[in-house]
Amino acid sequence: MYRILSKDMLTPTICRMVVEAPRLAKAALPGQFLIIRADEQGERIPLTISDIDAENGTVTIVTQMIGASSTDIVAHEVGDSFLDVVGPLGNPSDFCSMSEEELRSKRYVFIAGGVGTAPVYPQVKWLHDHGVPVDVIIGARNKDLLIYTQEIGSACDNLYLCTDDGSVGFKGVGTARLEQLVADGKKYTTCVAIGPMIMMKFAVLASKKLEIPESIVSLNTLMVDGTGMCGACRVTVGGKTRFACVEGPEFNGYEVDFDEAMRRQGQYKSEETEAKEHHVCKIGRGK
Amino acid sequence: MERIGRTPVREQAPEVRAHNFEEVCLGYNIEEAQREASRCLHCKNPRCVSACPVNVKIPDFIAKVKEGDFAGAGEVIAQDSSLPAVCGRVCPQESQCEGSCILGIKGEPVAIGKLERFVADWNRENKTKKADKAPANGHKIAVVGSGPAGLACASDLAKLGYDVTIFEALHKVGGVLVYGIPEFRLPKDTVLAAEIEDVKALGVKIETDVIAGRTIKIGDLLDKEGFEAVFIGTGAGLPKFMGIPGENLNGVFSANEFLTRNNLMKAFREDYMTPIKAGKNAVVVGGGNVAMDAARTALRLGVNTTIVYRRSEVELPARKEEVHHAKEEGINFQLLTNPVEILGDEKGWVTGIKCIRMELGEPDERGRRSPIPVEGSEFVIECDTVIMALGTSPNPLIARTTDGLETTKRGGLVADEEGATTREGVFAGGDAVTGAATVILAMGAGRKAAAAIDKYIQGKN
Repeated sequence: MYRILSKDMLTPTICRMVVEAPRLAKAALPGQFLIIRADEQGERIPLTISDIDAENGTVTIVTQMIGASSTDIVAHEVGDSFLDVVGPLGNPSDFCSMSEEELRSKRYVFIAGGVGTAPVYPQVKWLHDHGVPVDVIIGARNKDLLIYTQEIGSACDNLYLCTDDGSVGFKGVGTARLEQLVADGKKYTTCVAIGPMIMMKFAVLASKKLEIPESIVSLNTLMVDGTGMCGACRVTVGGKTRFACVEGPEFNGYEVDFDEAMRRQGQYKSEETEAKEHHVCKIGRGK
Repeated sequence: MERIGRTPVREQAPEVRAHNFEEVCLGYNIEEAQREASRCLHCKNPRCVSACPVNVKIPDFIAKVKEGDFAGAGEVIAQDSSLPAVCGRVCPQESQCEGSCILGIKGEPVAIGKLERFVADWNRENKTKKADKAPANGHKIAVVGSGPAGLACASDLAKLGYDVTIFEALHKVGGVLVYGIPEFRLPKDTVLAAEIEDVKALGVKIETDVIAGRTIKIGDLLDKEGFEAVFIGTGAGLPKFMGIPGENLNGVFSANEFLTRNNLMKAFREDYMTPIKAGKNAVVVGGGNVAMDAARTALRLGVNTTIVYRRSEVELPARKEEVHHAKEEGINFQLLTNPVEILGDEKGWVTGIKCIRMELGEPDERGRRSPIPVEGSEFVIECDTVIMALGTSPNPLIARTTDGLETTKRGGLVADEEGATTREGVFAGGDAVTGAATVILAMGAGRKAAAAIDKYIQGKN
């Protein structure tokens, strides 16, 4: 059983939890993810890892309430346990296996959007700890929806906030801020985009336009087992079918077929809507 | 001398079972089992025993059934098989024990599978006493994967007194028995769960949610966690696709995904949250047991279902009983047919599958006649779901994350007859070595490896 040690709401729909999972915490690296099955009737839900504490055997997860299953996860309270937490899944970020020399040649910029901001944190922290220059752009609709600004702010060289309504930081989307930074003379070797599929698509287009040599995206595809068995996560990368769970989740953004990925992601949308409307949550919410 | 014929087994009527997930076969009652047992000739050199991958002493247990000593029959089987209720249901008996039965030459073989099942079910229902735990010998062995190979290996080692821990990647124990084989062939909560409890009763510990190669490395089990040997029985989990246009359209699934959603994640049950898309008309591509399972699952979800297979009926690799059941239930078969393209609408959803007729050419080196496309014979089957059941290949994760483990060109782990891999102390067996095969062959490999591990540990000390 995987006990929840702390819980706080980052926005009205985004929740952060610290969960006991000793074997997982010992093995996890930035870029990897995990799968949670909250209770016997629940789905296996892939979630990003937003912090790892190997010593204390815990991982931090950040969940956005979207469907019935993610709402069930968030309905769990401190002291409750999840039935299953499994991982780490997927490959660690490329930089984890780079030589010092290679790392020294890199200048990273991250574009983070929505709940995808959370898994940016362990990556940025890792790079910062290894002395690699890293800037981060976080975007949201308004200032109340920005998450992880303090954590990331203290782990990166420069943090740039953007909101659609201009309630804080730059008024506009993250890619527009990136264009501005490059126009101001910033030079990056690598742009990592993590967030909604549509945001990543545009981040890749912007990187291309700005001639940033490398573009990396982390794909949050549908998954059942997460170990390469079901193939629900298949995406076309560089004209080839790849499994995001075992070959990803990070891919070269310049090669990803985003239109197909977005279409496949919506495959169970009608079922999910129905489940959310009809599902009566049985877990003791608001204990 | 007039011989009595094979005792028919009772089944749910096809029109009833096509709408439920209850077990198709109802099994023998005592009277039927004893009648069938009386047909066994008790051959001096029982060919059935050598044809069984785990060498169950078939005539001996059948003799006990004839005498009415069902507990005794159970003890005979338990010496060689830890999963009799599973094997009695899913083994391809026609090509193993029953296929070599002398009675089969002129008539019908003894229904060995149905008798094994009867014995296992009777012992479970009557809660007969299980063998006592063996005295501990103080050696720790890790088994990776809780499918048929892992369970068989773990049981044999536990019976020898080893301290065995199984590591399972999924949240449920059983591997393909739980995610692959549907409820209507192998009931999970009753039959399978009970046999897994029997394995645990031998002292075997099981940790779920542990992915070897990710959560733990094989090397760490040996170097840091105090295990003296490791058995890898991780199966062949990666689904194959055809590589034809349209395979990534919405509505195209691997049989693994379709079956896992339904079996492991229980999408067929109202109280589970897992969604499944079966559509109105489904086409299943393939002719093996997995194809039959996927087709019959789709049918039970209320879908008009067609199987497309590139060879003819005699070449269908599935168990005969499954093909027979599938036909009875109303699955359509398009044989000598091969898909060339999956068609979709402007929103990217499947609308049909374009196929070509095939004819059988000359036999290849394995004696199988290879199918050749008939030029100009393309036609379209309209459908909204396509399920690819083309076989699976071993997961490369463990080989990639373990030093010294070599793999074959097909991705299987290199292992000798006894299961020893290219790294000392690491053994492997089942689909992880051979690629997709059967439950019983995996169990056979698990048993052989258990014997080899015992020899290895004895030799070290």
